Amino acid sequence: MNVLELAEKLNLKVISGNEGLSNEITGGYASDLLSDVIGHADAGNIWITLQTHKNVMAIASLKDLAAVVFVNNLQPEDDMADQSNEENIPVLVSSDPAFTINGKIYQLIN
Amino acid sequence: MFMNFEFNVEGGNFTKAGTASSQVKKILKQLNVDSKVIKRVVVALYEAEVNIVAHAWSGKALINISTDRIDLKLTDEGPGIPDIELAMQQGYSTASSAVREMGFGAGMGLSNIKNNCDELEITSEVGIGTVVQMAIYLNTK
Ligand SMILES: Nc1ncnc2c1ncn2[C@@H]1O[C@H](COP(=O)(O)OP(=O)(O)O)[C@@H](O)[C@H]1O
Ligand SMILES: [Mg+2]
Repeated sequence: MNVLELAEKLNLKVISGNEGLSNEITGGYASDLLSDVIGHADAGNIWITLQTHKNVMAIASLKDLAAVVFVNNLQPEDDMADQSNEENIPVLVSSDPAFTINGKIYQLIN
Repeated sequence: MFMNFEFNVEGGNFTKAGTASSQVKKILKQLNVDSKVIKRVVVALYEAEVNIVAHAWSGKALINISTDRIDLKLTDEGPGIPDIELAMQQGYSTASSAVREMGFGAGMGLSNIKNNCDELEITSEVGIGTVVQMAIYLNTK
């Protein structure tokens, strides 16, 4: 499944990185600890988090992640969109809390 | 093949954290280095770079790529590490609460480094700075 299909099925709002909407999702990783993500996420994963600062994009890019999802309607900090567009890694926003959106994504991609 | 690169790392500036890692990743990709090796370099270098940003004042990353290995040496001016064995323990962190709130400071950085290096040597002098020297072999299967 690609990022666009997932965003449409789960009503996620696409904030930036539109050119990466065709990225194929290989799995998911849910964490708010950056060392956990850099150490354990796999390429192609969709990352669900409440961290909304620029370092999230740096990690997403270093790990070749498919997309980033913010929970609870959290909005990205201002300087995030540029990097998301440059790297073609979409930033999506969900109105659900983490447990709920993780469950939905898990069901959809497994 | 024998190449050297040097990057400055600014202490305290989180907006630039990961810049050196990102550049090195690009270089290694261009050199067609095995993707498994690139992944290990990225984790180790990112964590060492972030440690300078989070814990030290200023530093630099020296990257040396040869035919059989990649050597990464991060040298900083900073407070140093009084007890390296303690610092290596997963979960141990002296990061400020502001840094923790950003999701850094989980105390997993040095473990991540250890898990992704073939060689690791840390030396440190309190009040002076720290040297983290890492090597990752290129032809591991
Ligand atoms: N370059 C450094 N200069 C000074 N102290 C450091 C440095 N790198 C690591 N440390 C010390 O080691 C601890 C553990 O490092 P690490 O495992 O990366 O966890 P974290 O960075 O999340 O705290 C740090 O909290 C800090 O006290
Ligand atoms: Mg660290």
